Amino acid sequence: MWRYEKKLQYPVNIKEPNAKLAKYIISQYGGPDGEINASLRYLSQRYTMPHGMQKAVLTDIGTEELAHMEMIAAIVHQLTRGLSAEELEAQGFAPYYIDHTAAIWPQAAGGVPLNANQFQSKGDPITDLFENLAAEQKARTTYDNILRVVSDPDVCDPIRFLRKREIIHFQRFGEALRDLQDKLDSRNFYAFNPSFDKKPAAPKAF
Amino acid sequence: MNMKPNMMGAPLSKQALMNQINEASFAIDEVLLFLDTHPNDMAALDYYRNAVSVRRQAMDIYQSQFGPLMADGVYGNRWNWINDPWPWEGGC
Ligand SMILES: [Fe+2]
Repeated sequence: MWRYEKKLQYPVNIKEPNAKLAKYIISQYGGPDGEINASLRYLSQRYTMPHGMQKAVLTDIGTEELAHMEMIAAIVHQLTRGLSAEELEAQGFAPYYIDHTAAIWPQAAGGVPLNANQFQSKGDPITDLFENLAAEQKARTTYDNILRVVSDPDVCDPIRFLRKREIIHFQRFGEALRDLQDKLDSRNFYAFNPSFDKKPAAPKAF
Repeated sequence: MNMKPNMMGAPLSKQALMNQINEASFAIDEVLLFLDTHPNDMAALDYYRNAVSVRRQAMDIYQSQFGPLMADGVYGNRWNWINDPWPWEGGC
C-alpha cells in the first residue's frame, strides 16, 4: 500500500507561466520515457524478482518515480496556470487545450498518449534489470534535451534534480543486477530463469 | 551530514521546518536505495538512523503547528487535511 505525503519530493515554485515549455515537459509525465511508465515498469516487474534486494530496489525506485510523476505534473500545472485561451494558443498549446483545457493528462510531447507498450515486464530478472538500466538512461537523455531548451531557473532547478535521480537509479539497478548475477551459475547466467524454472536445468544444452 | 535535530532554542519558522523536513526526507530517500544494495554498510545505516530521527522530530513539530503532511497527522479538532495549498500549487 501507499500513503500520501502532502508535499513534493523537491519543491516546484514557478512564477512565470510558459505553455510552450509545458508542452515539452509533459513528455516526462506520459511520454515513452516518462515517470508514469517508469513507476509502472518497476512496480509491475517486482513480483517476479527472485531475491529481497531486487524486490526492494524495484519497490523503492518505483515509489520514488510516483513522487517524480507528481513533480512533473506540478511543473506542467504551474506553467499553464492562469493563462487565457488566447495566451495558450499563442504559446502553441491550443491542440492540447482543445482536448484537456488546462488539466493534466498523460501524453508525450508530440501528443502520443501513455501506452503500456512503451515498457516491458518480461518475467526474467536479467532481462528486466537491463531494461531498467536503459530506461534510466533514456529518461536522463530526455531531461538533457529539456534542459537545452529551458532557461527559466524556476523550471531548470527541479528538472536538474530529476535528471540526477535517473543517474542514481541507474547506479542502483546496476548493483542489483550484479548481485543477481553473483547468485547465478557463473558459467552460464542463462542456464535457467530464476523467476520461473523450478530448479536449475542441467548446464549442458544451452 | 549537517542535520541537527531541533531540540531547544528559538522555534523554527514554518519555512525553516519545511526545509528541514525536505532535507531529512530526501536524505532518507537516497540512503534507502543505497542500503538496498549495500545492506552491510554500517555508516550508511547510521546516516539513515540520524535522518529518520531528524525527520520524525521536524514532522511532529510542523504537523502540530502548521497542519498535516500525512493523513495521520491531523492534530487539532478541525479537519484541516483539506486546507490549501496542495503540493502542486507551489509555496510548499
Ligand atoms: Fe528513475
